Amino acid sequence: MTNSSPSSYDEMHDADGAARAAYNGYCKWFEEQPPGLLKRKGSEAEAFFRRTGITFNVYGAEDAEERLIPFDMVPRIITAHQWRKLSRGIEQRVRALNAFLHDLYHRQEIVRSGRLPERLLERNAAFLPQMAGFTPPGGVYTHIVGIDLVRTGEDDFMVLEDNARTPSGVSYMLENRETMMAMFPELFTRVRVREVSDYPRRLARSLAACAPPAARGHKPVVAVLTPGIYNSAYFEHAFLADQMGAELVEGSDLRVENGRIAMRTTRGWKSIDVIYRRVDDEYLDPLTFNADSVLGVSGIMDVYRAGGVTIANAPGTGIADDKAIYSFMPEIVEFYTGEKPILQNVPTWRCSEPDALKYVLDNLADLVVKEVHGSGGYGMLIGPTSSKKEIAAFSAKLRARPDNYIAQPTLSLSTVPILTKAGLAPRHVDLRPFVLVSPNGIDITPGGLTRVALKKGSLVVNSSQGGGTKDSWVLDD
Amino acid sequence: MLGRSANGIFWLFRYLERAENTARLIEAGFRMALTRDSRDASDEWRSVVVTLGLQKAYEAKFGREYGGPQVFNFILRDKDNPGNVLAMTEQARTNARMVRTGITREVWETVNESWMRLRDLLARPVSETRLGDVIDTIRRQATQVRGAMDGTMLRNDIYNFARMGTFVERADSTARILDVKYYVLLPSISYVGSSLDNVQWENVLRSLAGERAYRWLNAGRMEARGIAEFLVLDGRFPRSLAFCYAELQSNLAHLAREYGGEMASHEILRDAASKLHTITIEAIFEQGLHQFIGDFIACNTRLAQQIQRDYRFIE
Repeated sequence: MTNSSPSSYDEMHDADGAARAAYNGYCKWFEEQPPGLLKRKGSEAEAFFRRTGITFNVYGAEDAEERLIPFDMVPRIITAHQWRKLSRGIEQRVRALNAFLHDLYHRQEIVRSGRLPERLLERNAAFLPQMAGFTPPGGVYTHIVGIDLVRTGEDDFMVLEDNARTPSGVSYMLENRETMMAMFPELFTRVRVREVSDYPRRLARSLAACAPPAARGHKPVVAVLTPGIYNSAYFEHAFLADQMGAELVEGSDLRVENGRIAMRTTRGWKSIDVIYRRVDDEYLDPLTFNADSVLGVSGIMDVYRAGGVTIANAPGTGIADDKAIYSFMPEIVEFYTGEKPILQNVPTWRCSEPDALKYVLDNLADLVVKEVHGSGGYGMLIGPTSSKKEIAAFSAKLRARPDNYIAQPTLSLSTVPILTKAGLAPRHVDLRPFVLVSPNGIDITPGGLTRVALKKGSLVVNSSQGGGTKDSWVLDD
Repeated sequence: MLGRSANGIFWLFRYLERAENTARLIEAGFRMALTRDSRDASDEWRSVVVTLGLQKAYEAKFGREYGGPQVFNFILRDKDNPGNVLAMTEQARTNARMVRTGITREVWETVNESWMRLRDLLARPVSETRLGDVIDTIRRQATQVRGAMDGTMLRNDIYNFARMGTFVERADSTARILDVKYYVLLPSISYVGSSLDNVQWENVLRSLAGERAYRWLNAGRMEARGIAEFLVLDGRFPRSLAFCYAELQSNLAHLAREYGGEMASHEILRDAASKLHTITIEAIFEQGLHQFIGDFIACNTRLAQQIQRDYRFIE
């Protein structure tokens, strides 16, 4: 889709150009602002981000320059009514994800019942046999989930992806709000927006509630495990550790001591109860997974399985956000909750199935094709914006390894205006709310990360490919 | 706190202090060179390079040619000098990112902003006209970070590790300046009294930001003994060895209280500080200032290493 189809649903304006209910208050305020003010605020915001060091590194970028994720000052607004429905759907989906993971690593009822083909697990690197038969502390697999939602109409929200490994972006949710409140304080006195700033406190509480048996009798010690300052999301790791009052540790700070994971402090070795790890499964334990890894801790899997530490998210949760599994999510939700899914999937063709493959090959020019294990918008084909040559090349790849791909229609994603030199202009958006899971329940922060494609008509919102972010508002009743 | 973080913050403040001291040294060298004929000026620049321990690296690149812009560009931004000021500031900023959770937003932003400004200023070679601006920026960065520290940081172990980095580095720097200047320029006390010496000594004071304070305290008398006493033993002067060690004592004492016990570094510091406390300038000259300073630098290095061991900076 090179140009937004005129049928795209704009969240701010209806077909007649009038403000929709969600944006009533905002649009009134906007019209009262002197021209030029918002543009000036834009450069203020950029200087603010540079100074505070809210940057990310782009994978594979030669000079490893720190880049800013562009921030757009027009908020994305969701009504209280819409949010209630979304929350119910998200809650149901996350409940199902955890039940699914528990089942996969135990009796695999869903496979036995014939609802999920066994081959999806057999050749899947995200499925960790080391987790078989083990139940994480509190029975929680996905302590932190980011559900990517897209919207195509007034009430049509669909799940594009379930990020069940280590979803990132929550620091942008928080900093974008801080920035908006600092730049337009009076706006927040006129429009009542629900708070997101207590996310770190909720995260700390949620993680502490998942402490392992070894932590009984004392206040759990939580640490954030980062790959280090060269990781693209390092800012976020440091930010969250700081906000939670947790230590920010690297693999080299840790070792196994008396059956616990301990960090080297200035007073000696100190045990950690809960590790919020931002290191991928394969680097977690060189003894168990990738032997060359220096990012993890030798022996952590043994300590984990013996109840000496909680790892959040649990190793092996990646199987649940695998794109091949994704297409089964409606069945998965129904199987474990006994309810109809509240949130729909985006229609998905599994290229591993011959009929689907044929359809996809015949219609490549209209489809989005993704690698089953890919992420960050890499290795995908967006049919409508690709040349004949690109499509032919991709078609060959697809034929060679059909089970490596899924395909989806190019959705007419909703738009929200951004501020351009020429004024407001609609751009496509998605939304990633952040969900915390503990034995005490599922906790969804009212808001999330709105990613926005800055190029006109573009559907790619990934920050690594030039997308930006917006502050996301959930209105108070 | 993590041992790695303690190491990070200790070195963050060593780098910042070192960048500031280096800037002052260049400033004093520049001023001196302006008032001299070219041969003396080049001697002056050479002594700056020697003080910074860069003689080998410098001469490998430029030989014995000590021209002003060539020297200060080498010190400030030359990639063949891995310890250049820009690299130091960058390292400081990297450390600050690493210990981001241990410092306040104000401290982090100040370090980050200084780095951004210096990166721009030092992106191209520095001319004599721009030198003042660069020096000012470096000095101001140090002042601002200190201010942000003072106003926003909790007085806990993190703060004390940071301060120890500052004072270990500052003591080292003062000692080195004194050593080079005394040893190179004044092999014998009998030189004292000529007007050239006065300018030289005033320059030593200037590179330690102490010329005004000294003049005020000593009614303008410039003599080697008085100046050495001021720089080594005067506990009122914030760049004297005695002052740095008094600060270190209070930092290590804080750690002993917070951690409930003394370590080997306390022992080393107690000996060194009590020596500074009891010795007279006469005794120092009797022993030989150069000898005294050499011993001091070695002991200061030992102290820094012991602190790193005691508090598990590295495994």
